[in-house]
Amino acid sequence: MNVHSTSPQFKQNAARALHDVQLQKALNNVKQGFIDKRQAAADKLPEFEALRDSARDIKNHTLEHLDLYLEAYEEKVKASGGHVHFARNAEEAREIILNICRDSGAKTVTKGKSMISEEIGINHYLEANGIRPVETDLGEYIIQLRNELPSHIIAPAVHLNATQVEQDFRRVHTHLDAKRDLSEPVQLLTEARAVLRERFLAADVGITGANFLVAETGTSIIVTNEGNGDLTQILPKTHIVLASIEKLVPTLDDVSQLLRVLARSATGQEMSVYTTFSTGPRRASDADGPENYHVVLIDNGRSSMLGTSFEEMLRCIRCGACMNHCPVYHAVGGHAYGWVYPGPMGAVLTPSLIGVDKAGHLPNASTFCGRCESVCPVRIPLPKLMRHWREREFERHLTPASVRSGLGLWGFFARRPALYRLATRAAMATLGFAGRQRGRFTWLPFSKGWTKYRDFPAPQGETFQARWQRERKGRTA
Amino acid sequence: MSDPTSARPGKPRVGLFVTCLVDLMRPSVGFAAVKLLEDAGCIVEVPVQTCCGQPAYNSGDRGTSKDLAMRMIETFQGFDYVVAPSGSCAGTIRKHYPELFEDDPNWRAKADALASRTYELTSFLVDVLGVTQVDASFDGTVTYHDSCSGLRELHVKRQPRKLLASVKGLTLVEMNDSDVCCGFGGTFAVKYSDISGAIVDAKTKNVEAAQAATLLAGDLGCLMNMAGKLSRDGKPITVRHVAEVLAGMTDEPAIGLARDTRNKTSQP
Repeated sequence: MNVHSTSPQFKQNAARALHDVQLQKALNNVKQGFIDKRQAAADKLPEFEALRDSARDIKNHTLEHLDLYLEAYEEKVKASGGHVHFARNAEEAREIILNICRDSGAKTVTKGKSMISEEIGINHYLEANGIRPVETDLGEYIIQLRNELPSHIIAPAVHLNATQVEQDFRRVHTHLDAKRDLSEPVQLLTEARAVLRERFLAADVGITGANFLVAETGTSIIVTNEGNGDLTQILPKTHIVLASIEKLVPTLDDVSQLLRVLARSATGQEMSVYTTFSTGPRRASDADGPENYHVVLIDNGRSSMLGTSFEEMLRCIRCGACMNHCPVYHAVGGHAYGWVYPGPMGAVLTPSLIGVDKAGHLPNASTFCGRCESVCPVRIPLPKLMRHWREREFERHLTPASVRSGLGLWGFFARRPALYRLATRAAMATLGFAGRQRGRFTWLPFSKGWTKYRDFPAPQGETFQARWQRERKGRTA
Repeated sequence: MSDPTSARPGKPRVGLFVTCLVDLMRPSVGFAAVKLLEDAGCIVEVPVQTCCGQPAYNSGDRGTSKDLAMRMIETFQGFDYVVAPSGSCAGTIRKHYPELFEDDPNWRAKADALASRTYELTSFLVDVLGVTQVDASFDGTVTYHDSCSGLRELHVKRQPRKLLASVKGLTLVEMNDSDVCCGFGGTFAVKYSDISGAIVDAKTKNVEAAQAATLLAGDLGCLMNMAGKLSRDGKPITVRHVAEVLAGMTDEPAIGLARDTRNKTSQP
């Protein structure tokens, strides 16, 4: 079982989000911050567009030969003294992780930011088994205190403001002076760092995700801005890398190209503050590092996307640019999507992972404006893939009956031009006449969705084709 | 953009795909397109037509989409060019018809042929015919919304602006985020009306902030969405298709305005 989803209630989630004044303020930050920074970073790099092509090609090549690269990677990890575990689904992954933690006698586990760990719900599972997981990325730490899912894949707490965080810190950090000043964001940061420092030192196991796994060297790579990932993987005795299988990349050379588009697309940085490579456990000559190094490679639905039209989604490097540029995400935020991955990438990936019967709204809740595709560093055709989901839904009769019957009626006339002309002439003459006085309708039958927020402009009355025939008949050959 | 390299013995024969929205809602846009094309030296014909199938295509109904696409392909074969006063309908033909027939080499070839001859109106005028100015005047300030499909599928951005710059008396002021979606999205506006309502609210706030008297765009769906929102909010901004202004055909009341107030729609 993956973590619980409220994606079937997308419409209700969205309606709630639209009325959440605080959330709407927070979402403005997404609109303003990320977009300009990405654009500036892209503009500064003449080869940015060429790098996007190259990033796409590298990921495509890897996916075509994923079995070979997985084997090569496994060999290298083993050769460096690490262990590789394959998990077909969330249950197996959780089991493997729990066993490693138990073998290490773990009481506390620190965690770097990892979306796959959200997907498999590892935190609740460890807690239920008597092990304390501690998120160490600031945003993840905050949402863990609130028992929430991330609302953004690179800025998990972007839906919150400083006052809310202050309230959470006061509620949870009860060992600290109740009268302390937390009015400045930097004070919140300092407090989180102090609390987390203790956790880092106490942790028996550190779990990180991976932005990339390098087949050539058996290396896992994380890109972070807070340095928490390094402390998570270096200080404890055991380091567990969690990664889904599509994180594979053939060579270090390939990774260096992907890194050039990742941070630029995500935050507009040329590189993130830390880019950390880890290969196997500590060697005798190393100053520090874990004694045990495990990699848990998780499928959880990915392999069933290979060879289908959704394979392209597996190129995703989780930069978040698609949601940063999405008008729907800007309007409702990440939680409305109801599962781990929001925005356009979530609208394509979520139905693959939890089923289109549950996540059917997500690929439909898009205007197909195409802005996501225009900024995707690996050129995933997100609108096209959302349309593929709509086609699957239509085939399986999951499309709402009202939409089906409306389309059916339209299709019936559109296939019969003579009838279409007769019917539309009559309809437009009627509507045009009715709307003559005001030029618009504030209400029309069967169009409540439209007229709830805007008027419906009245047609001019005569159709173009009727007038053309009347005025131009015989004029053109 | 491709350019006809073969010697042109006569005038190019253009099949006008008026689009179903213009056909039904605002025929004056179609006549404006005809004028612009004829002024640019084209012979314009209007074969009997219905819809390109985009609503079905975007709703996942591939069967209906293919039927309508085949009908369009047959209707418009034989023209030198097919031109539509819409980026999203032209985009459907140019970018999506070939995809629809991926597994059917025979129809794929026909779809490719139609796609390669199909253009959005302003990009056809500027990129194919090399038009640099139009014979029109319009007193007032306008702001231009870049409709998504035209912008991202067909790269329509500078073409309408270039032509607007030649309209006497017209001043173009850019709004913030002119390239951000208006929230229309076809059936999206009805299926997810709450979200669509929020997106068009953000859009019309940007329109208002630009302080232009008139809002223009190249797609009637987006225009009806934005005009409907502006009128619901009581904003005195008139809304027109860019072709109407470029053709100097602004006698008809603006979108959503009553016929008997037509004289009040002109610019201050």
